[in-house]
Amino acid sequence: MANLTDRIKISDRLAGVAAWLVLQFFRIFEIPLSLIQRIVGVRGMPWIFLLPNLAFFGLFVVIPLCINFAFSFTGGTDLFLSDRIYTGTEQYGFLLDCETFGDPITCREDRFWKGLYNTATFTVFQVTFLVLFSMITALILNREIRGRGFFRAVFFFPVLLSPVVVALIWKWILLRDGIMNAFLVSVGLDKILFFVSPEWSMFWAVFVSIWAHMGFYTLILLAGLQAIPPDLYEAAEMDGTSKERVFWRITLPLLWPNLLVVVVLALIKGVQIFDEVFVLTGGGPGTATQFIVQYIYNTGFTEPVRNFGLASAASIVLGLVLFVLTITQLAATRARDNG
Amino acid sequence: MTINLKTLLTVTSVAAALMASPALAQTELRMMWYNDGSEGEVMQTILDRFEADNPDITVVLDVVPYKAVLESLPIQLAAGAGPDIARVTDLGGLSEYYLDLSPYVSDTEYWETSFGPFLDWLAPDSDRISGFMTQLTVTGPYVNKTLFEQAEVTMPGEGATWDDWATAVVVVADKLDIPIPMAWDRSGHRVAGPAIAMGAKMFDTEGNPALVDDGLKKMAQRLYDWHQDGTMSKELWGSVSGSTYLGANEDFANAQVVFYMSGSWQIPQFANKIGDAFDWWAVPAPCGDAACTGMPGGAALVALQDTKHPEEVGKLMDFLAQEENLAEFYGKTLFIPGHLGLATGGVEFATDDPRAKHALETFSGAVPTISQTAFDLQGYKNNRVLFNALISRLNEAIVGELTLEQAYGRMEEDVANQLAELNR
Amino acid sequence: MADTSTQPRTLKSLITARRGRGRLHWTDVFSYTYLFLGVLLMFGPVVWLVLSSFKTPAGLIEFPPTLLPLGQIEVVVEGYEKPLLLFDVVQEDGTTKQLAQVRRIGIISQMVDPENPDKTVRVPIDQRVKVREFRLAVENYTDPLKRFNFVGFLNNSIIVTTVATVITLLINSMAAYALSIYEFRGRNAIMLFVICTLMIPITVILVPVYLVVTQLGMINSLWAVILPGAATPTGVFLLRQYMLTIPKDLIEAARMDKASEWSIYSKVVMPLTMPAIAVLAIFSIMWRWNEFLWPLIVLTRTEVHTLQVGLNAFQGELNVQWHYILAMTVVTLIPVVVVFAFLQKFITTGIASSGMK
Repeated sequence: MANLTDRIKISDRLAGVAAWLVLQFFRIFEIPLSLIQRIVGVRGMPWIFLLPNLAFFGLFVVIPLCINFAFSFTGGTDLFLSDRIYTGTEQYGFLLDCETFGDPITCREDRFWKGLYNTATFTVFQVTFLVLFSMITALILNREIRGRGFFRAVFFFPVLLSPVVVALIWKWILLRDGIMNAFLVSVGLDKILFFVSPEWSMFWAVFVSIWAHMGFYTLILLAGLQAIPPDLYEAAEMDGTSKERVFWRITLPLLWPNLLVVVVLALIKGVQIFDEVFVLTGGGPGTATQFIVQYIYNTGFTEPVRNFGLASAASIVLGLVLFVLTITQLAATRARDNG
Repeated sequence: MTINLKTLLTVTSVAAALMASPALAQTELRMMWYNDGSEGEVMQTILDRFEADNPDITVVLDVVPYKAVLESLPIQLAAGAGPDIARVTDLGGLSEYYLDLSPYVSDTEYWETSFGPFLDWLAPDSDRISGFMTQLTVTGPYVNKTLFEQAEVTMPGEGATWDDWATAVVVVADKLDIPIPMAWDRSGHRVAGPAIAMGAKMFDTEGNPALVDDGLKKMAQRLYDWHQDGTMSKELWGSVSGSTYLGANEDFANAQVVFYMSGSWQIPQFANKIGDAFDWWAVPAPCGDAACTGMPGGAALVALQDTKHPEEVGKLMDFLAQEENLAEFYGKTLFIPGHLGLATGGVEFATDDPRAKHALETFSGAVPTISQTAFDLQGYKNNRVLFNALISRLNEAIVGELTLEQAYGRMEEDVANQLAELNR
Repeated sequence: MADTSTQPRTLKSLITARRGRGRLHWTDVFSYTYLFLGVLLMFGPVVWLVLSSFKTPAGLIEFPPTLLPLGQIEVVVEGYEKPLLLFDVVQEDGTTKQLAQVRRIGIISQMVDPENPDKTVRVPIDQRVKVREFRLAVENYTDPLKRFNFVGFLNNSIIVTTVATVITLLINSMAAYALSIYEFRGRNAIMLFVICTLMIPITVILVPVYLVVTQLGMINSLWAVILPGAATPTGVFLLRQYMLTIPKDLIEAARMDKASEWSIYSKVVMPLTMPAIAVLAIFSIMWRWNEFLWPLIVLTRTEVHTLQVGLNAFQGELNVQWHYILAMTVVTLIPVVVVFAFLQKFITTGIASSGMK
């Protein structure tokens, strides 16, 4: 016990030192920024505060986005924009050349469409089950249970692992000679070659990404649950309302804003899915788990002929899809703020 | 706003300059390297000797994941930010970035007589000298001989066809309940050899690439059938997408595979991993209708034209390419020599494993039997375009997303599209 | 929604508490079953990774896999120079005996009884079973650490992680401060812009960013890894949402006291934003520590390699040295686990309380 208090003291002292350091760090900027404030006035200060961020944004996001946009109208394999050949909308034409858009096989660039449809399938399943399981977990962790802190930590832990590590661990488990098949054999079943079946591959892709990210969303929902005023429940209990009814009438409506955030964030991350699944399934079997970001990465980066033009065009199309999702999010946020 | 942005940039670049190592009085050469096994350590000992002889030159071996060589290096080269020397596998595809060492090596004659055919792989359109092969690879099968003995099946001998082998390995696997009778690396390069054996020409009469022909279709059909009837497991070919490489080395090492089509580079690994557990036996390339051939290939150490010290690079490459240094390198790494003088028995391989010795002999001995088409294909600058189209589309047919006919059509389109983009 | 501080733990609601004393409702059983399975599912794979990382290359590919890392026992037998491998051999009378293998020829193994080393016997190989004991293949860890400039890689990773995190926290909190405390023209436009960039996966603009970094001359410097990701939209978004909950009166009061805008930011707002800052810090540390693809492209020289790049050098063209990869994965996990253990409270309460107003 003494040991524990010692440790707490040490960590307190460390925190004190850190806070002092941070204060000194901020003090360095005190004088120059006061001077600037005298020049630009209080009304100019927000721009000063925004400046560093905007500068980095500009350099490493906006300029690359513009280059990317310009790339999509060029062809060839040269890296520098000035060396590239202007092709107009040829790359877009190539991407969108389909007999029927519903069937990727009829498209000239079948893999792009395959990727798009796979991403849509993946996102639908992933978001649905992610929200469902985050919800269940949050509800359970919100109960009066023993070791709640421990369990929260357990469910959050995978969020800290890198996508590559997550995929490697699971791949290792699911391989033909992995522990999962050893388990199946030991209970008298046959081995399953998971990554040979399109359905299983998609299942594990969804499963593993939920495994890795559930903790984060669970905590957002948990925050929402804790913010629900307890007297509402007490009143319901006095009225003898059934548990199910309380859930549908009180918990769910009050949790709605957080749920919406979870759904939208999960949607965005779902569309962007790349490295976890690529390390896990390699996009296979065939093209069953090849997603749109992987298509773009392959086209621009791993093929022997690096087609930056086509990759950029595909990313612009993806951007449009994401833009629609963003608008949805904004609309939802509005609705939430107003409601 | 602009002033601040500029200041920021200046600060950044000053800081960047501080981070980068300052220019030393002596020349520093950077060699990008990847490892399949312990070859980096062998190279390091040779480099140490070079540095001892040339105190004014330091050579730094930058060991990177293979992914960096395959994916990042081309971008770096295109941006002019590459290393001085690199170990590469896309021999022809990167050739535009190679340095011509001819003015910097002491004896161009030696380079030409020792590395003749391989110099062409590195410089398909000219007779430049850019580097040498750190390893020559030959594709070919390994057999688990112990399984054959246990099943009391005689192994098909010299001159056996692919069909003979397919029949034999299925019998063995059935008797002993082995899950995978036959496995091939998932790689277009691996398929090319047997396809050529079946009569694939790979090029038309004018020398333009023509991937799909009757010979290729014969091999593709067999691969397709073998996957459907269980001779081959879908785990390798059916499980990933595109051109991703997958090997069955672990399953083979675990005695789950009777016959494994791979190549000479597995020798050190098998010697280490399988050891004495069973007899892994390299056998000559099975025959098709036209030939009995594997594919040559390998990795090369090349000098890159962005270097600021071409003379020192020449000196280093000259040193490394010396017969005794290469003999040491190949001998310790168990690599098939990419040096004509050493190919005929000048290398003392550092192993006492009889299986490894036999495999090294088999693959070295197979070099002269390789068909000319296979050599031409390996020397073709854009061969990876063909390999990738072949493997990814054949794969989609095998898992049932396309019919074989559709796959052939897609292969041709893929090749045409990519070459068109390249020649735009 | 305004009050997100901790609720009293004694909620007597139907959802959160047990009904009655000693009587288990089905939801209690369900909860504990779920949690138990959850622990198994969440921790199991990581435990399996750690166990596997101590196996030899041959042990890794075995089927069925052994739970613990094992090694075959070797015995020294009189008359033989090298130690011999020990096997359990089924005798003709059905009993098993431990014999040492001298050599194997084809499917016949020549074996010797360690207690009676003069006589060799011939045993078919399918009648012997390896005798093994628990043994950790520590060389999976020590070999790479010896072979590589591990300390250098670690150093670079620590520099990248800390510098990047400090920069990220500073500039993102400044931006969030501007976007939450002030009302000014263009605020909404910038917010929209931030949210839009939230959607762009870096993978998609890899090549253009590389071009920019090349033009700035930052290739092969750690800045090339630190700076591009410093202004993260996620960070701005997270911090701004939290800062919006800070009462405006506090800021007005500070202005009355003639505090400069910078001191309001650093002395009033920042301390109040600590939980959200902690969350962003943890995310930033995690992102930077785990980053692989981008450093792989901009860092080619050994002396600037980060851990993730350096340790993945075990991925060759044709051979992946799994035993090293797994061991090194565990090594890179250790700091994450340590950070997690120390900041666990912050993570769970921090996200929960900052969790989106």
